[in-house]
Amino acid sequence: MAVPEAAEAVAPTKVVDPDFEPEIIVFACHYCAYAAADLAGSMRLQYPTNIRMIKLPCTGKIEVIHLLRAIEAGADGVYAAGCLEGECHYLKGNLWARKHVDHVKTLLEEMGIEPERVEMYNMSSAMGVKFAEVATEFTQRIKELGPNPVKREGVSPHAAAREALGGVAMPDEAESSVAATVEEGHAE
Amino acid sequence: MITAERKPLDEILELVGDKKKVLVAGCDTCVAICLSGGEKEAEILASELRIMAEQDGRAVEVEHTAAIRQCEWEYLDMIAEKIEAADVVLSMACGIGIQSLAEKFAPKLVMPAVNTNMLGMPQEHAVWLERCGACGECVIGETAGICPVVRCSKSLMNGPCGGSHDGKCEVTTPEKEDIDCAWALIWERLKAQGREELMFVNRPPKNWSKSSSGGPRKMVREEAKPV
Repeated sequence: MAVPEAAEAVAPTKVVDPDFEPEIIVFACHYCAYAAADLAGSMRLQYPTNIRMIKLPCTGKIEVIHLLRAIEAGADGVYAAGCLEGECHYLKGNLWARKHVDHVKTLLEEMGIEPERVEMYNMSSAMGVKFAEVATEFTQRIKELGPNPVKREGVSPHAAAREALGGVAMPDEAESSVAATVEEGHAE
Repeated sequence: MITAERKPLDEILELVGDKKKVLVAGCDTCVAICLSGGEKEAEILASELRIMAEQDGRAVEVEHTAAIRQCEWEYLDMIAEKIEAADVVLSMACGIGIQSLAEKFAPKLVMPAVNTNMLGMPQEHAVWLERCGACGECVIGETAGICPVVRCSKSLMNGPCGGSHDGKCEVTTPEKEDIDCAWALIWERLKAQGREELMFVNRPPKNWSKSSSGGPRKMVREEAKPV
């Protein structure tokens, strides 16, 4: 079994400002990470309150601009949490997401911003513990990095990321629109 | 189609200089298909420029837009208002689009955000290969549909040369990848077509005056000109 990313957490070596509470945007897949978050809640696991979730039908929905917009709006960190590799409900969405996250890392590097501020994680819906571990590990990582250099007062990274995404139909909310599509004869 | 690659951010920042209102103008035709300069890429570059400005503490307004095709006057009209309002326009179109924009809105400052590199085709998703040199005198009828002008490293008209080994060219790409010897490919396909004799035709030196060596080219179709 692969070593979970959380186990690779870097030992805190930098001086961390105790007053710094990072704002972290999480793009979570409906089928795994979001359900894992639910499970973490049911299990009454503790994890930092710094994360702000955005639910997606699949992390394959994530584009470069969505991650970039969150950073531009001052998010201190952004991560995508998708299904385990090989277990994506849409087959390869999580693999695409990893590529997009990696590309954003290169863009951040080009801009002189730490690429570690964006990350891709994989977990199944049964991994509530992993969800809490990842949230804890990533929050600690961002605390060590310090605030995003482009942080501004009054700008909400969560709102900016949501706006960049536009309207996203969730698998459990889209039934009526799917029915309409079938009636119109456009269903694949 | 025409392919292009985005310039490094440092170079783009230098081109923008201290201008306060920046418009990133994408082009939704060739450069959008090669994922370098369409509206999506324009939006990404605009976001990067805003992040850079914020980091450096500069008050810069950066917007993005895209024309369906920057290389035609009519499509430029559709983004004219945004162009007029900008101090500098960063065009992400190919060299043709950038120049069209610069000419139509002269003396507006128009800068290239991409390097136009070739006339190529997508060999597979996200991989483009050069296929045409726009030399003005196509020879591929004699070379089994394989262009020796751009696919032979030496643009030989009578190949292969001594640098062809096991179907590979002695030259490699800048990434050190092997290049197929165009003349080995031509030979194989001519054989498959039963036209091997074309390999033994001695072709005279190519007339490069029909290519860019003859100065800027112009094409006029009298029968299609408006009356």
